[in-house]
Amino acid sequence: MTVTAAFFYLFATLTIASGFMVIASRNPVQSVLFLILAFVNAAGLFLMMGAEFLAMILVIVYVGAVAVLFLFVTMMLDVDFAELRQGFLQYLPVGALIGVVFLLELILVIGAYVIDPGLVRTPMVPIPPTSVMTNTEALGHVLYTRYFFFFQAAGLILLVAMIGAIVLTLRERVGVKRQNIARQNARTPETAVEVRKVPFRQGI
Amino acid sequence: MVIGLSHYLTVAAVLFTLGVFGIFINRKNVIVILMSVELILLAVNINMVAFSTTLNDIVGQVFALLILTVAAAEAAIGLAILVVFFRNRGSIAVEDVNMMKG
Repeated sequence: MTVTAAFFYLFATLTIASGFMVIASRNPVQSVLFLILAFVNAAGLFLMMGAEFLAMILVIVYVGAVAVLFLFVTMMLDVDFAELRQGFLQYLPVGALIGVVFLLELILVIGAYVIDPGLVRTPMVPIPPTSVMTNTEALGHVLYTRYFFFFQAAGLILLVAMIGAIVLTLRERVGVKRQNIARQNARTPETAVEVRKVPFRQGI
Repeated sequence: MVIGLSHYLTVAAVLFTLGVFGIFINRKNVIVILMSVELILLAVNINMVAFSTTLNDIVGQVFALLILTVAAAEAAIGLAILVVFFRNRGSIAVEDVNMMKG
């Protein structure tokens, strides 16, 4: 039990510390790197709660795709980041006030909640014990049968996001030479080759 | 000491507050604001999975999966809008976003 507690406090402390560094770091590239650290530690917390599939998805999708996307965009944009931090101290008091009030309210809620015992007794889909099937298998049994519509809706959201991102960032550049295969195939020797008589020692 | 639901909820609450706080103090930098939104969604996911484990109900993990999907889509669209905006205006300061005069 003490090992569990030690690992929980390790992951929790690192998650919160790197979350703080995400918003407090001077350089946005460092912010992205701390975001990656926060996600990895949150994946550790998920593992401790028994959600292995979500933990691995968090590492693969977030660290592998989303955080790298952030990193690319941060490095691609040529922005003076020191200038963007100028309102930092101006917004700090009101931001700290709202943050502290919000956190106190949340802690009060967490300290006072009671779970209805009927909820614990009748889960919608109970988690099978790990000796019967793994977490990934159990999730698949539910996701592809009972919640298949949600699964398809998630796929549709990703499709719309993909098309939207492509449409937004695609631009037609002028003055770029592109290959036009139809025009190439339509050429005949008559239009493509021109035979000229070149006068001696004069050129064309 | 037994690590229970309250511990995970506290971590999620602190992470959520950090995300909201980050939106407030980085008013000019859209990239950090998007990262703060990611932190908030991560906190929500921790809540979902913690309750799923406590109530012995796997539906919470299904919904956490859907939140992950929406968060990924939101990040992709947000960064695409950011790139287009930077291309047009040469800046990513939030105060310059007044083209629609709303």
